[in-house]
Amino acid sequence: MSRIGAMLIMGVFTLYFLVPLWWLFIASTKDRSQLTTTNPLWFSDFTLFENIGRVLAYRDGVFIKWLVNSLAYAGGGALIATVLAAACGYALAKYSFPGRDLIFNVVLGGVLVPATALALPLFLIFSQINATNTFWSVFLPSLVSPFGVYLTRIYAAASVPDELLEAARLDGSGELRTFATVSLKLMFPALVTVFLFQFVAIWNNFFLPLIMLRDESFFPVTLGLYAWNSQVNQIPELRGYVLVGALLSIIPLIITFLLLQRFWRNGLGAGAVK
Amino acid sequence: MAIKHGAAAVVLLTAVALTGCSGTTSGGTGDAAECAPADGAVTLDFTSWIPGIEDVVSIWNEENPDIQVKVQTGPNGNGGTYQNFFNQLKAGNAPDLGQIEYDALPNFRVQDGLVDLGACDFVLDAKDDFVDWTWNQVSFGEDGSAYGVPQDAGPMAMFYRSDLFEANGIPIPTTWAEYADAAEKVRALGGYITNFSQVDINQFAGFVWQAGGSWFSTSGDEWTVDLTGTESTTVADYWQDLIDRDLVASYPAWTSEWDNAYNSGEVWTWVSAVWGANSIASGAPDTAGNWSVAPQPQWKAGDEVAGNWGGSSTAVFKGSDHVYEAAKFALWLNTSDEALTALNKAANLYPATKEGLSLPALKEGVEFYGGQPIYDVFAEASGQVAPNFAWGPTMTQTYNDTSDGFKAAVSGSGTLLGALESAQKSTIEALKAQSIPVKE
Repeated sequence: MSRIGAMLIMGVFTLYFLVPLWWLFIASTKDRSQLTTTNPLWFSDFTLFENIGRVLAYRDGVFIKWLVNSLAYAGGGALIATVLAAACGYALAKYSFPGRDLIFNVVLGGVLVPATALALPLFLIFSQINATNTFWSVFLPSLVSPFGVYLTRIYAAASVPDELLEAARLDGSGELRTFATVSLKLMFPALVTVFLFQFVAIWNNFFLPLIMLRDESFFPVTLGLYAWNSQVNQIPELRGYVLVGALLSIIPLIITFLLLQRFWRNGLGAGAVK
Repeated sequence: MAIKHGAAAVVLLTAVALTGCSGTTSGGTGDAAECAPADGAVTLDFTSWIPGIEDVVSIWNEENPDIQVKVQTGPNGNGGTYQNFFNQLKAGNAPDLGQIEYDALPNFRVQDGLVDLGACDFVLDAKDDFVDWTWNQVSFGEDGSAYGVPQDAGPMAMFYRSDLFEANGIPIPTTWAEYADAAEKVRALGGYITNFSQVDINQFAGFVWQAGGSWFSTSGDEWTVDLTGTESTTVADYWQDLIDRDLVASYPAWTSEWDNAYNSGEVWTWVSAVWGANSIASGAPDTAGNWSVAPQPQWKAGDEVAGNWGGSSTAVFKGSDHVYEAAKFALWLNTSDEALTALNKAANLYPATKEGLSLPALKEGVEFYGGQPIYDVFAEASGQVAPNFAWGPTMTQTYNDTSDGFKAAVSGSGTLLGALESAQKSTIEALKAQSIPVKE
């Protein structure tokens, strides 16, 4: 009985999450005049590929540029952020030095500050050095992840045995080499998690680019779609482009997630059966 | 150090309040803007969210190698670009030029963000080229001032389903009284005469504008807020009556339901601005050929008065080193035939100049409207917009507060007039909170 109840609740929630995606997919396959006139949850003429073609061609392919930008911001940013977080968390977990707890507490405090609240001060700082409206103005602030430091510290403390480090030292391996060859491997599941979190966070970050960027060629896909959406009154065909663009823009997220979830699941289970 | 900062802040605030509100008598207050050509070639930054603006600007860049304009873009003004302008002004790196809608212009002026182009003779000389009321929007009624160059306008008229009116023998309303009569007949047939939008306070302001009201005015240093004057009350009571009798629909505007209501023939008319022509054509494609455009209903039979909904200007920001060149460009962008034609083609912008209203593109019949040359109706309306309607410096807040009240009124709790009354109060408070002198 309770099993059926649980399944029912799960089913309802699954629907709740999937229906908007389904709607988005359906809407992307319709041509503009059918958007309002046909059943929003079922196909009419299937013009998905024509629609995609039109979005990609609009204004000399500016949408492709935005996708590439987003990949650069999110992919590059998440990669570097993960390495930095790993080094920092590892150091906090495995070395004892004065001020260690203070640093950790400050980092932990950083988790609590929403990125949105930092955007305006960042803008003023970047303005001082004339660096607003550049690739770096969005890329640099994405390189730090307090949550990543927190997670890697916890994980390093639990999964990198001190004995192993001692052994490596006895064998004559330097600290950096030990970190790169031994510890990083042991921490890999946590790193994948940090990467995923950071990738999604940068991909969806909207407020920072909104404040920093003026030049369309630096826009990430979220800001570009938002700008299109705000112009629908003037250019009605943009309504359809926004829908198709939104569908295209979640594909990289889905791919990243599917590729990495294997490692991720391994990692989460790793400590359970020991 | 802290004390020094505090004092500086007070001085700054006072300066802002003073420059914002002083000098309604003589022009050229604040810094007398230098308006002299630069020695060499200059590059101007121009932020605008008009789709395709780059193509228009590239025409200029080709013809003016010494004054190159770089386009920056973003979401529409209220979607974030205005906030960005304020941030940039604060950080001291605002662009030279920016697109600002008329209703946001007073806010930028009060924050001392705009250059008065009154120092540039050629800008003042162009005054007569513009439709009278649009010039008032950028000069704030002061002789010899121009805090921007008018770009486009949104004169209002009535879009209506000519086929349905004809088939059911209902005469096309020419007064608001006839409009209410028609509303009853349409309702009896199962439709709605129109959709009352709770969120587009701009449309409601357009109605008040047509009725001869004005929400804001300045005299001396003081602002007067008048959201509840006789004209506003008349308009509010009129629509309240239609809402109470269930004669108007109340879909949230610009949504799919809204599109669908027009597309399915449930809603028969829309009193809207010139750019609305596109909204209907895209939202209600199945009704192609069935729409027509007539002048907006009048309060007194035989009158010829129109309201306005929307429109924007090109302004030069404080801190620009090239006021002369910026003004030259702004004037070209908004007066030359080639630019106006390109703007109209790219984004259906409806010019603010008198000449622009007779662009060839605006003389043609429009297929969606059964081949009717609808822009003739709007050109007529453009000349009938009352010149003196003015916006206040805290319009975003005023819109939000009014809209909250309107939403409640439409769902049956409260009235439109009550919403205006409370918005009146909160607007005065907002002005006071920003140290802007206000008369009560």
